[in-house]
Amino acid sequence: MTTMHRRGLLFGAAGLAAMAATRRPASAQAPSGPFTLPALPYAPNANERAIDAMTMEIHHGRHHAAYVANLNAAVKDHSALAQMPVDEILMRLSQVPEAVRTAIRNNGGGHANHSMFWEIMGGEGGEPTGDLKAAIDRDLGGMEKFRTDFNTAGTRVFGSGWVFVAVTPAGNLSLVSKPNQDTPLMDGGRVLMGNDVWEHAYYLRYQNRRADYLTAWWNVLSWEKIAARYDAAKNGTLRI
Amino acid sequence: MAFSLPPLPYATGALAANGMCQETLELHHGKHHNAYVTALNGLIESKGLAGKTLEAICVEAGKAGADGLPVLNQAGQHYNHCLFWNVMAPGGAHGESLPAALAAKIDSDLGGLAAFKEAFKTAGATQFGSGWAWLVIGSDGKLKVTKTPNGANPVSTGEGKPILGVDVWEHAYYLDFRNVRPNYLANFLDKLVNWEVVADLLGKGGFTSGQSA
Repeated sequence: MTTMHRRGLLFGAAGLAAMAATRRPASAQAPSGPFTLPALPYAPNANERAIDAMTMEIHHGRHHAAYVANLNAAVKDHSALAQMPVDEILMRLSQVPEAVRTAIRNNGGGHANHSMFWEIMGGEGGEPTGDLKAAIDRDLGGMEKFRTDFNTAGTRVFGSGWVFVAVTPAGNLSLVSKPNQDTPLMDGGRVLMGNDVWEHAYYLRYQNRRADYLTAWWNVLSWEKIAARYDAAKNGTLRI
Repeated sequence: MAFSLPPLPYATGALAANGMCQETLELHHGKHHNAYVTALNGLIESKGLAGKTLEAICVEAGKAGADGLPVLNQAGQHYNHCLFWNVMAPGGAHGESLPAALAAKIDSDLGGLAAFKEAFKTAGATQFGSGWAWLVIGSDGKLKVTKTPNGANPVSTGEGKPILGVDVWEHAYYLDFRNVRPNYLANFLDKLVNWEVVADLLGKGGFTSGQSA
């Protein structure tokens, strides 16, 4: 099968134009693109109540950076993929050429998941209000049950993975656990929020005590950022 | 009878000079491995494991696919760590001087020690997420390098009998090597492996844990 044929299968000319219009802004750092490591939106010690500065620096500057570099390497010979936003690629993973599908699943997933993860922290914890609080009460049994169920799901991920809250365009919420760097995007869903339970996310401070990390993490969430993501999900503008 | 945490065959500080610090071994053996043993013992009654060997449990759980994972996660990890502690030693990995029978087998089946080391490091580095890399005796009697995710192992996948394994869960190396897994793997092969034990396991046809429910 030719490259052109594959490209035609992946997305027609109209689809490609639409995707180009919604492409992520080209931001700072790694010049080798097309995907770039987003800067942390706060100092590495901003989340000390749950995550130490060294963990943040390694997690962002080494682990996330490696996913970006490996994703760029994976799309290097696939110019159509290189022009797509990562969420659009992950939502069409089954159409990605087989030779690079696993690399894109792992590294594209890693890029998307970590980009979301940095965005929703940097806050003071507490509780959401308004529409988001109402949705949590309605779909997840209220904040207390939500926190408990989310933390339990986090301790039950065997090996490396994530716990997410997926959100539908109608604003409905659900808990979703995923292995490795998989994401609800791969099921055609959107991600409201999620916590990384790979050991690299917590081992320097918590060692084997993942449950303690899960409990502390709520103290650094930014419910303003998460509420903005919730509004974006309902408006159809939430990306990764 | 229940499963038990075997004592480390060396002190927790014994590998510190060779790239595996005391805290790593204390946590890895005393917390991580111990938690797998405790969890596995908690499954003996509900999963009907009584009287079975650890190896038989791994085989059965592996054949059961997704349904077997709750047992395989704990049983596989118990087997894997029992092997792992045994194949390392203080003052291990003396350069290129492997016992003759092992060296000859690696030469004939894997193209020599250097090629084997490269293949083993690649297997470990490319096991995405948590898991293990292995040197196994395959069903055809030849040595083979392979890798498995999470708690699985070559016994549960039917790929062969392990004679060497390295843990690439991040808890195995994060305190010593942070994100740089390739350095951990190179260090393991160059400074930690006890080739005498690996040669002995080759002679015995693979590792047997001696553990049963």
